[in-house]
Order: sequence, then structure tokens, then C-alpha cells
Amino acid sequence: MATGIKDKVAILGMGCSKFGERWDVGAEELIVEAFDEALEDAAIDRSEIDSAWLSTAMEFVNVGRSGLPLSVSLRLPNIAVTRVENFCASGSEAFRGAVYAVASGAADIALALGVEKLKDTGYGGLPGNAAGTLSPLWSATGSAPGSFAQLASAYRAKHKVERNDLKRAIAHVSVKSHANGTKNAKAHLRREISEEDAIGAPMIAEPLGLFDCCGVSDGAAAAIVTTPEIARRLGKENIVTVKALQLSLSNGSEAGHTSWDGSYFHTTRIAAAKAYAEAGIKKPRDEVSMFECHDCFSITEFVTTEDLQLSPEGGALNDVMDGFYDADGGIPCQIDGGLKCFGHPIGASGIRMLYEMYLQLQGRAGERQLPSPSIGLTHNLGGAPNQNVAAICIVGAA
Amino acid sequence: MVGITGYCCYIPKLRLTRSAISAAHVWSDPSYAAKGGGQRSICNWDEDAITMAVEATRGLLVNGTPDALLFASTTGPFADRQQAGIIATALSLEGEIETLDVTSSQRAASSALNQACASVDAGAEQVLLVASEKRKALARSPGELAWGDGAVCVSLGADNCLLELVQSAVHSVDFLDHYRGAAQSFDYDWEERWVRDEGLAKIVPTTISRVLEKAGISAAQVAHFVLPSTIRRGADLVARLAGLSKDAVVDNLSGQLGETGTAHPLIMAMHALETRVRPGEYLLVTSFGQGCQALLFRATEAVKNYASPRSVKQALCEGRPEDNYFKYLAFNDLIRIDQGKRGEAAQFQTSLSTSYRRRDMLLGLVGGRCTQCGTLQFPRSDVCVNPQCRATHSQEPHSFRDEPAKVSSWSADYLAFTPNPPSHYGMIDFQNGGRVMIDFTDIAVGEVEVGMAVEMRFRIKSMDHERGLPRYFWKAVPLREN
Repeated sequence: MATGIKDKVAILGMGCSKFGERWDVGAEELIVEAFDEALEDAAIDRSEIDSAWLSTAMEFVNVGRSGLPLSVSLRLPNIAVTRVENFCASGSEAFRGAVYAVASGAADIALALGVEKLKDTGYGGLPGNAAGTLSPLWSATGSAPGSFAQLASAYRAKHKVERNDLKRAIAHVSVKSHANGTKNAKAHLRREISEEDAIGAPMIAEPLGLFDCCGVSDGAAAAIVTTPEIARRLGKENIVTVKALQLSLSNGSEAGHTSWDGSYFHTTRIAAAKAYAEAGIKKPRDEVSMFECHDCFSITEFVTTEDLQLSPEGGALNDVMDGFYDADGGIPCQIDGGLKCFGHPIGASGIRMLYEMYLQLQGRAGERQLPSPSIGLTHNLGGAPNQNVAAICIVGAA
Repeated sequence: MVGITGYCCYIPKLRLTRSAISAAHVWSDPSYAAKGGGQRSICNWDEDAITMAVEATRGLLVNGTPDALLFASTTGPFADRQQAGIIATALSLEGEIETLDVTSSQRAASSALNQACASVDAGAEQVLLVASEKRKALARSPGELAWGDGAVCVSLGADNCLLELVQSAVHSVDFLDHYRGAAQSFDYDWEERWVRDEGLAKIVPTTISRVLEKAGISAAQVAHFVLPSTIRRGADLVARLAGLSKDAVVDNLSGQLGETGTAHPLIMAMHALETRVRPGEYLLVTSFGQGCQALLFRATEAVKNYASPRSVKQALCEGRPEDNYFKYLAFNDLIRIDQGKRGEAAQFQTSLSTSYRRRDMLLGLVGGRCTQCGTLQFPRSDVCVNPQCRATHSQEPHSFRDEPAKVSSWSADYLAFTPNPPSHYGMIDFQNGGRVMIDFTDIAVGEVEVGMAVEMRFRIKSMDHERGLPRYFWKAVPLREN
């Protein structure tokens, strides 16, 4: 039985670029922007990095393939650089590579950097991407919002929720994230909205309106990790360690077998159970201080609160409307604005989530600082509800 | 005796109201004010002569594999790719079945019917002939008002005929009431009065006389007379000249359907069968195109009890009025619309080797059935999708074409590119197991809900305009009410 990686790896430094429509820069400059902050935070020289992982999901509209864009942009000292991609969970995948390298003893110090430059395509939303030669010939003609929107229809049918009640609840999800985003100088969207704004917004994919969808952003985020011992030796204070890191991938059952009802994320439930076990968390609702979930769409966050065992099954509507996930609620969610407002540069997002958890745990979150959080969770999801990659990371004080 | 043993009709659900056409054109031609009566059928953007033919043909596949499948159309999407072969593969008929396309004349279907009967005479047990037409008319042309889209499939055999072919006659001559060059999208026609007086009035009566003479019956014995013609009272004129009773002239369905090209004589004839033909009566079916084909049938007792899988009457009833003329223009590429940047993404190259390898899946909606646990699944794969099974190499082909299904999740997506926004799609669960995330079509905003019953339709999944390739797959439509 694997013992897991709890407390074997510490975060030495993190950085994050300003997210948004960065017409001023390309992916290479975003990489440098995030890395410089992480390097300064880690207080090391770039020559001390042993291995690096680069995550990008839409490389065809920005850096292209291979680990070279990271190695070249940062002039890394001819070390191993691996590019990883696992849909929108790519950032967590890069982090996993770096963390496992340190946990295994293969590296003393490793870098995970995620970047995405999406706004050079000439249109809004995510760029289309043909998935091989067979899939485009039969996959349904949909977009990301359309595939996630289907959660709403299945959730409503399962829990007997009226359309307008669900519409208001998911509006509240976005209202909360917009309020949080106003306090984040690096966030893409920094304007408060009302529930009426969200409910009345143009329809994107029934029942998701414009404000139910996250920003399509350019950005980069970086993490430098090492062992807790080295971190201490380097003088790091308030050390944050990785408590759990779990990944679960669909195997086609949801898409092809009728045992899944379409209202939840099968993989998130599995990854969450494994992560809580690895971290030694028994009662998530009591023990998790805060979390960043993959709120690509409001409905995703809504159902994920149940998949993470934070709300009881069927209880998300009450918790959301009670403000349980608001900044002053029981378990603040998307305290940095989330994908919704901080933005969603695909390859960077998993690391961006960790960036906020890290700042909060270090007591460095400024205006957004929560009172004494001890456990932070990130949930990074790639793909669609019926076929996806779910990554969960739990971090906390050493 | 050889003849028609069964038939199935398909008419697209959309019916463009002629009042919408009239309103669009009356500014430039005041005569349009009087042309707003009735409806004509129009294809959805994802329908063409092949998809309609598949729908008409699949209804008749109850008596095993036919010996031959003939596809008659002047508007098939391919000049060099056998279209009957696409239909055959879509219906899991490929192999030893003879497939053949018949084209290039409004007479194609009736001539093919004559040939099909000859092959039954020569020993073939069952031949299917499907006639299908999606005619493209210039905006504000007579065809735009007069034509319709539709298909009919007839099965031909020697036993249990509804209509026995008594005699046939033909007159072949290069008479051009219209033509369409190989590289042209639209017909070019000649003055209607000349077509009527030198064409219809001379060629058709002569052919009729010949077929009656061969059969040894008099014109007065013909109870039902089919002649598609968009010329006003053209069929009446021919009937008079041929000595047929005025009452024999069969409704050309111009009010509800429009003229469906080479398919139209058969659609009119089958409609007559449903509405007026009694056992023992003679039905004369004629078609006009580079001459004339005349087919004299006699109805048998079987017409009394025959129930078509989809009669012409049923197909006519299953329409939905469409008042948006602009939508018709858009669906038929008669207007250039900005498809947006996302539309460009649909212009990807299609792998012909992949398409061939998975042809049963893509054209036939054939998935798998695990022989170990019985689980149905789509697509078929090497490892069973049932979490409790996971048997490998255990699946046999299983078609989902006729499996009833229900919607388990859905959305109406305004972001995804589709020629007919919003893109409706969702997960459908088949009643006997198996599920697929699939496009919906022929569906209105607000119509879909979880639990809605659907059935499968062969449609164009996406269109590669650059390389001229419609890519076919299956879609879900709301279950037809019986």
C-alpha cells in the first residue's frame, strides 16, 4: 500500500502573472512574469532548479509542443523539462510532476509552470481543436458551456429542482466570485454583478448565461517545490506542504454506460475520497478551511461542492443560497475570484488555484486574507462532465 | 405477377409556407401577391437526397436483404461515389447486394422502376428502388414555389403485390424543357407554352396510347392517372388528349408538398393508393423528362389491408410550418452568411481511411453488444464498458438505429457552430442499454426535456464545403407519434 506524499514536499515559492486579455504579451513573456515572482519568493537562483514541468493545453494557439518553450523562455540550465497536457487539469499535472520528482528524491528543487495564451485566435471562447480523425466525425456539435450545461438538466431531474431556482443559485455562485474578484489586482474580471445581472445575461448554452461562464484569459502561474528540510534550511517561514495530490480519469463509463446519471462528476468523487484519505481528513466539511474549485461554469462549482463532500448530496442549493461558500461563509470558495473572475488560462489554472491557497496559508493574501486557514483544497477539472480528468490537491501548514 | 409489394415515404419536417416566399418577392414582382397559397417541403440544413433516401428505405427492411438497391435522383450530392452504396452501408446491407444509381432525368425513377421489375421478372426476389430529390432553385424562380423535397422507397417483387405492373411503354427523345449542366447548380428552362404544346401535349399522349394498346385496355378503363407537371392544368390537358377521364387525374400534392422531381410520380401514385385506388382498378403512372415513361399498374386485393411503415399521408401530416424564408435561403446555401471563426473550424480534412474503418459505426450507428454480459455500448470497443464486466474482445456488432431512447441530459448551445443555432444535443440512453452524446435535429427551442423519447435519424453531421464532402452520422429527433 502506497504511503502517499503527505508532508514530503513543501512549496518554496510561487508566482502568478496578471490574468486577462493580455494583448501586450505573448506566452513567453507570461512565463517570465510568473517565474520571476516565484523565483524571488523562493529566494534561489534559477541554476538551482533540477527539473521542470510545463503545462499548456492549447499549445497549437500559443507555444507549440515540447518542453522547449519553457527551457528557452527562462534560459534554464539545460535541465530536464517535460511538457504535460491533460485538458484543463494540465496545471495540476505539471505540479504533480514537480512534486513527485521531489518526493522521489530525483530532484531537490523542481519547477512547475503553467501558461496559456488564448487571446490570439480572433474569436471569443476556447479555441476549437480537432481530436484525432475519428472523434470529429461523430462527437456531438457542442462547446464547453453546452457540455457542462447538461449537468443542470440532469441535476434538476434528479433532485426535482425548478429551473428558475437552480438558475438563481448558480447566479449566486457567480455573484460571489465577482465580489471576490474585485479584491484581486491580478484578476481578469474585477466588477461586482448582481443576481439579476447574471439571470438576465445573454444565453450561451441553456441554462448558462454569459455570467455563468468563466473568463477566457491569458496568464501563467508557477510553483517551485522542494523538501520541507531544504525549505527550512533556505530560511523559508510558515512552510506550506502538500498533503495530498490525486488524479482520477474517466474510463468511458459515464459516456458509455447508463450507470451514471449525468448530474455529478464521478471522477471528482473518486479523487476527493482518495485525497482526503491521503491527507488524513475525515470530515471534509469541518476540516477544509477554504477551496478553489474548477468553476469553469457556475453549475460546475455548484455540483462539485457535493462531489467534494462539502455539501450533502442534494444540499448544494441550500448551502449556496445560505452563503456557505461566500467569503464570509463556512468554507470560502474562489476567494481569489476563481476561474470565473481571476480567469482561466487553461494550462496555468491548476497552479493559479494553488497560488491562492499558498498565499492564504502564508497569511499574505492582503485584502482577501481569511482568518487563520489551515487546510486548502484545489479542484482542477479537464474535459466534460461525461469524460474528464479530475485533479485534487490539498495543501496546509507543515 | 411482378409489381410493387410495399413502400415507405419520407418528407422533411419543415414546410416553407408560400406566403413567406410571396412576402419576400412581391416587392419586385406583384404577381407574387397571388402565389402565397399552401406549403412546400424543405430539407433541414442536415438533409439531402441521401439522408431522405435512408429514411424512406429503412422502413422497408423487414424481409431480409434485398437483391438490389437502386437510388434514383437528379440531386444526389456525389457525381462520383455511388450513392446507393452509402444507403446500403447506412442500413447494414453492404456486401452481395447490387447497388446502382439512376440519374440525369426527371424520368430516372420511373425508368428505374421498369428496369427493377424486369430484374424481378428475371429472377430477383426483392428489389428496392428509392427515389429522392432535394432540388435547388434560384431565389424567385418558379421552382422555388413549385418544388418540394422528399423521398419514397418502393419494394418490387413477384408475390403479394399491391400494384401489379401490367404494361410499360417509353418514348425517348432529347426534348429540353430544362437542363442542368454538370457544373451548374441551377436549372435553365425554356418557355412554358412551348413545353406544354410541343412536349407534354405531344409526347405523353402518344406514350399513353402505346401502353394502353399493349395492355389491350381502353383509356376509359384507367381510373387513376399520375403525371407530375408544374404547368397549370398540364395533367388535365394530357388526360383530355389521351382520352382519359378528367376524374382520373390524381392530386399532384402541390398544396402541401410541391413537386419532388423524379420521386414525384411514385409519391403521387402511393398517395393515390392510400386515398382512392381500389382493388382491380388500373393506375397509370407517367413521367415526363427527355421523353416519357408510362407504367400501367393494376391494384390487387392487398391494397385493402396494407399499412405502409410511413405512408405519404402520414409523412404529409408530420410537417411543421416554417415562415422564415431567410432560413430556407440559409439552409440551401442561397445566401452567403458569416459563419464566424468557429465555422471555419468545421472545414477540417476528413480521413477517408478512418471513415472506412469505422463505416459501420459512422454510417450505420452500429455499436457493440458484449457477449459476456450483454451490455449494449456505443461505440464498439475492445474492452466492455460495463464496470462489472470489462471482458475484452467480447463484442459483436449491434445496431442502435431502431433502438428507442430517452434524453438524460441536454443543452441548447449558442456558442458551438451549427448552421441551425442553437445546437441542441445531449446524452441519450437507449432503452435496452447503451448511451451516446449526440446531436438533436428537427427540434424547436423549448421542446426538449430530460426523459423525452427520441428516435434516430441519418443526417449530415457536418459539411466540408471546401472539399465538397457531407459527413454523415446519426442524430436524435423527438419520437414520432403514431
